[in-house]
Amino acid sequence: MSLTADSMRCGEFRTTYKADTTIFPTPRSRNFAIAGLIVLLFAPHVLDTYYTNLLIQIGYYGIAALGLNILVGFSGQISLGHSAFFGFGAFASAWISNNFGVPVILAIPLAGLMTTAVGMIVGIPAARIKGLYLAIATLAAQFILEDFFNRADWFSGGSAGSVAQPLNLFGFVFATDKSYFYVVLFFMVVMYLAGSNLLRSRDGRAFVAVRDHYLSAEIMGINLTKYRILAFGVSSFYAGIGGALFGHYLGFVSAEGFTILLSIQFLAMIIIGGLGSVMGTLLGTVFIVLLPEVMEALMTTLGSQLPGLERGVSYLKEMAIGLAIVLFLIFEPDGLAHRWKQIKAYWKLYPFSY
Amino acid sequence: MNWQLLLQLIVNGVIIGVLYGVVAMSFVLIYKSTQVVNFAQGEFLLIGAWVCWAMLVHFGLPFWLGFVLTLAFMFVFGILLQMVVLRPMIGEPIISVIMLTIGLSIFFKAGISWIFGEYVQPFPSVFPRESINIWGLNVQTAYLMSFVISLLIMVGFYAFFKYSRMGLAMRATAFDQQVAASLGISVHRVFALAWAISAVVSAVAGVTIGIVNGVSSALSFIGIKVFPAAILGGLDSIVGAIVGGLIIGVLENAAQFVDGEWLHWGNLYNILPFYVLVVILMIRPYGLFGTEDIERI
Repeated sequence: MSLTADSMRCGEFRTTYKADTTIFPTPRSRNFAIAGLIVLLFAPHVLDTYYTNLLIQIGYYGIAALGLNILVGFSGQISLGHSAFFGFGAFASAWISNNFGVPVILAIPLAGLMTTAVGMIVGIPAARIKGLYLAIATLAAQFILEDFFNRADWFSGGSAGSVAQPLNLFGFVFATDKSYFYVVLFFMVVMYLAGSNLLRSRDGRAFVAVRDHYLSAEIMGINLTKYRILAFGVSSFYAGIGGALFGHYLGFVSAEGFTILLSIQFLAMIIIGGLGSVMGTLLGTVFIVLLPEVMEALMTTLGSQLPGLERGVSYLKEMAIGLAIVLFLIFEPDGLAHRWKQIKAYWKLYPFSY
Repeated sequence: MNWQLLLQLIVNGVIIGVLYGVVAMSFVLIYKSTQVVNFAQGEFLLIGAWVCWAMLVHFGLPFWLGFVLTLAFMFVFGILLQMVVLRPMIGEPIISVIMLTIGLSIFFKAGISWIFGEYVQPFPSVFPRESINIWGLNVQTAYLMSFVISLLIMVGFYAFFKYSRMGLAMRATAFDQQVAASLGISVHRVFALAWAISAVVSAVAGVTIGIVNGVSSALSFIGIKVFPAAILGGLDSIVGAIVGGLIIGVLENAAQFVDGEWLHWGNLYNILPFYVLVVILMIRPYGLFGTEDIERI
């Protein structure tokens, strides 16, 4: 295939269903993804610990955010309790590896499966209710699970929290940021590929059908109850894996971290990135992880001039997240993914934009 | 069994429940007339209470003047919020609207904590006596005032919707926006007014709770407690909101009693409303008085 014909297309030229359901839309985008991955492989050797830490954060939050996007963006439901699932994954992985002698590398997917079970239980009301009622039901789940973390000493260590062992593979301990980065990268690639793959499968199309018009979907033979609960299951699996990676990275899990604010941040990631876009999820996660850091840097430079600012940094960070959500919803409801598409289209069609 | 304590808790429950009912009512008002679920309802309480506190403490105003000025402020605040932020969202999917109000809620909460600090600030004493003894039960004067004010608000709501022209317009808009608009009702004005009334009523509740417990960020949690109340009563029923608020208030205090006497779990008081919420959503999502939404294929 010639480069020019494939790379600079400005319309739909796909002629087979097979070409329409590739994981990457064009060969060029696939090549870019592979190139990006290769660059990332060298990242921890070039960057210092601060930036490696940010990349790791983007990794585990990005995995959980993709789960939420599958639920919200692809199957059209809503969850205000995603951080509770994230936290459940973290506690479950620590619990499994501490109490049953399961190696951490197996505990992480097992924690994902446990979280899936919990997510499906929470999703049961979703079979009957939708939209606003579902939002409130998941909000209730968030508070109930948070309460459970504080209460269940046998599982989460109660208010004291629990210790998560570092990942250990064939005697090599992934205890430093540099080495743990590769673990997160591995899970990230696997989960993102699996996510993209799911969406081009039969089940993924069913999710989208349920989102677009659930009555038509049901008439066409899609089992609504099954797919609604399945979406919750998949979503919590991602949250569980993300949470488990988070737990083993920090080495210590405590209930305070998994509040409604984190749930809102997950929602902010997918809204800013773009609902129903896998790449958008990643962009949104990068945005939300970097926003506080940028604010922090900005405030330390401005703080020397305005003494009141230093004190308010933590509040300003929260306000920035709230403001980002509001502004994106008003001015760019389709998120960064849409903006990215527009930029691409501009360059493709340049200089004949019509 | 400690009957005295139980009775005291139930009286407290009724009084708190009426306050929940009032906040739930203002929540339902917004939902009914504009189809927006306001996750920032708790922040209305917070802002109202802090503004009133600042008027009293920083500007040294007498209570009645500060209170009236607070309500005026909240009225303008509600209108501005609707005009600037929520008007562009008309017709957007429900997820976007929910997220917008959540974004507003964390924005206001963080902003308020930044301006006024995280600590509980006591209200300057408003009444000469802190509490009154009624038939051997201690009742906070402020709660008694809130009880009376809440009842007045409820009667006021009833009269407003039943007899005033604007109230009729609001009911018409809640029934069908397009028909209302075609009959010459300014739907935008109705929306703005709904937000303004809701903000004012929430601020009254915020100030009363602030007088009793002191003002702090914890007030915004009332906005979340309102969900069980509003869902229990039925999301589009104003009567339901009051009944739901009462039930949740009494239930909470009853849970505290059971917990304190027998179970000793600790947090049951805070978490029980959410269990109730889940149960209602499973068996009767439209609540006690809400419109049953039947879909036919």
